[in-house]
Amino acid sequence: MALLTLSATLGTLSLFYPTPAEAAPKVHTIVMNKMVFGPAPAGMRAGDVILWVNKDLFRHTATARDKSFDVDLAAGKSARTVVRKAGLISYFCRYHPGMKGQLAVAK
Amino acid sequence: MIRTTTMALTLAGLLSTGAAAQKTAGPTDPQIAHIAYTAGQIDIAASKQALAKSKNPKVRAFAQEMVRDHGAVNKQALALVGKLKVTPEANPTSAALTKQSEQKLRELGRLKGAAFDRAYVQNEVAYHKVVNGALSSTLIPSSDNRELKDLLQTGLRLFQEHQLHAEHLAQGLQGRSKRK
Repeated sequence: MALLTLSATLGTLSLFYPTPAEAAPKVHTIVMNKMVFGPAPAGMRAGDVILWVNKDLFRHTATARDKSFDVDLAAGKSARTVVRKAGLISYFCRYHPGMKGQLAVAK
Repeated sequence: MIRTTTMALTLAGLLSTGAAAQKTAGPTDPQIAHIAYTAGQIDIAASKQALAKSKNPKVRAFAQEMVRDHGAVNKQALALVGKLKVTPEANPTSAALTKQSEQKLRELGRLKGAAFDRAYVQNEVAYHKVVNGALSSTLIPSSDNRELKDLLQTGLRLFQEHQLHAEHLAQGLQGRSKRK
């Protein structure tokens, strides 16, 4: 009897407390330094935010090939972009074409 | 193309002559600092000329990047030599680079429009190739101080990107003039 009540209670918990899939958007930080983008963050989902931080001496951009974002950061500056779609998004620096990265975004 | 070879041979020749005159192979840190700083100042001057003459937005954006990036490296270089209490030492290599660059500025100064744009960008490709070659074959291996070596390596990575950017730009300019 007690066990039934417990599982019923626990069953209703998910109505009041969101599961991880419905949690608030996460902020993922990507650092630009020494002419490279830092490692691509794991566990990115559509709707998440990327905080781009330029710790390098030089001005860089983070420009998505699908044009979904384009931030231009002087040395020391940072900015945020929202990742709206799931999929693989390649990006690069417009000033330094060899500087590249790729985001893997889940739904 | 002849000019590129001349520049490359001059630089290589001067750097190795310097080496033969000293007990240790290659230029000293004060000489390296002077060469690297001079190389940056030369590109800034060339790009300021481009900003004064070019109306092409992609060429202008590239020139602005050169002024910004070389300015940032040189600012860092000045801070480093200040901190290390090293006085950059004038030398035949820097002098030759400067002399060649003045010649190139005069030559480019006579051009305008698309002809200037093409010549400027082609020279940027050639110049970055030569400087990158000198950095990787001589300046970086010869440098003694760890922080100087580090900065030169950052410079090399940066200038390799500049070379790539210039090559893309050169291809774009070529296409436009020949096909359209």
